[in-house]
Amino acid sequence: MLKALFRWSVALALVGAAVFWWVTRPNTLDANALAGLEPDVAAGEQIFYAGGCASCHAAEKAEGEAKLVLSGGRAFPSPFGTFRAPNISSDPEYGIGNWSAMDLANAMKRGVSPEGQHYFPAFPYTSYTKAKLGDIVSLRAYLATLPASSTPSKPHDVGFPFNIRRSLGGWKMLFLKEDWTVTGDLTAQEQRGRYLVEALGHCGECHTARNPLGGLTLSKWLGGAPNPDGRGKVPNITLGKLDWSHADIAEYLSSGFTPEFDTAGAQMADVVENTSHLPPEDRAAIAVYLKVVTAVN
Amino acid sequence: MALHRHVFLGLAAASIAATAVFAESHGNNPAVSARKAHMSLYGHNLGTLGGMAKGTIAFDAAASQAAADNLLALATLNQMSYWQPGTSNADLGDQTRALPGIWAEGSDVGAKAGALVEAATAMQAAAGTLDGVRGAIGGVGGSCGGCHKSFRAPES
Repeated sequence: MLKALFRWSVALALVGAAVFWWVTRPNTLDANALAGLEPDVAAGEQIFYAGGCASCHAAEKAEGEAKLVLSGGRAFPSPFGTFRAPNISSDPEYGIGNWSAMDLANAMKRGVSPEGQHYFPAFPYTSYTKAKLGDIVSLRAYLATLPASSTPSKPHDVGFPFNIRRSLGGWKMLFLKEDWTVTGDLTAQEQRGRYLVEALGHCGECHTARNPLGGLTLSKWLGGAPNPDGRGKVPNITLGKLDWSHADIAEYLSSGFTPEFDTAGAQMADVVENTSHLPPEDRAAIAVYLKVVTAVN
Repeated sequence: MALHRHVFLGLAAASIAATAVFAESHGNNPAVSARKAHMSLYGHNLGTLGGMAKGTIAFDAAASQAAADNLLALATLNQMSYWQPGTSNADLGDQTRALPGIWAEGSDVGAKAGALVEAATAMQAAAGTLDGVRGAIGGVGGSCGGCHKSFRAPES
């Protein structure tokens, strides 16, 4: 009797472990998902600026040309530990010089490394998962044109239990979704803005509050959040708070000037350095999109 | 002559004392007040240029040129007396968001101030046309932001 019970519990534990293993397995793209997609380096440069890659992956305090050396190292404090941006320069050994377009696509859309490991969501794949595959192929080609750096990536400083990467499979099941947050009948311009804000620009990663598990509270999309580094707040950029005109928003994303002619500060200064490289139509599209986001008060 | 000198010194002393009293009563260091006044003058002139660039103010070449001239004049004023050491947010608390890094060893604040002069010079040369203003405003914003990013504490 006791023996039978023991056997049952072992069997159930094994089934449980198998389910966990299955559910949390790194889930990669179909092997021929990129078939027929041709890279366009110039388009890739635009994706690079729209995606803000350099804001995290350039060395801290890098300016000008140095921002194109994606040697990593910048630290991102969070309630789960401190994450450090890795080297994603074109160096084949220390960077991602030997990655295929598929490797980049799996990283951005699925949060999975070429070795089949889950990335921590400090890398904003919850946003990049909405990126178009063709854009990722072009981005891959553009990144290959940037300088190589042999600075080794620094390890993350994340404590137990968050350092168990496998459990991120469960996290992804809860929070990694390709669906748009703002739905409904959108004009072509609003859709372009949505793509820039929700996918490439990953604005929601800082401007939306997170739940205790670190997932975004989508019911308060872009409604502001505490600053993860502990100083001040990341503002609410919905109509509930932001009363800037379309022209004000577009100007801010171009020159960094607020309507009072103060300038963007902190991390947003880095964002403006990126958005200033976008065509004016893209900045206008972002402004138009922000006006259709549900107001958070 | 001697009388004039005494009157002048007396007035100077009185104005220093008055400044100190004013500062005390308002809880503001006079250097900080001067900095804020200087910044708001930048803001006022940028309001003209930026408004025209955005299209919220009709372009007017004379007004645009005047604002650009002012901007350059402001950027090239000698401001040493109000960027004194000992007036950072570490020294004065909430009165100011100026970070101690401005005065730290190896600070590139001088280069950043030079970048503003350069951008304002370009704006002055371009301010005669709307396209010129639109082309030059990004450089001005970038140089303002460059300094703010490194040397200004975030709003609390």
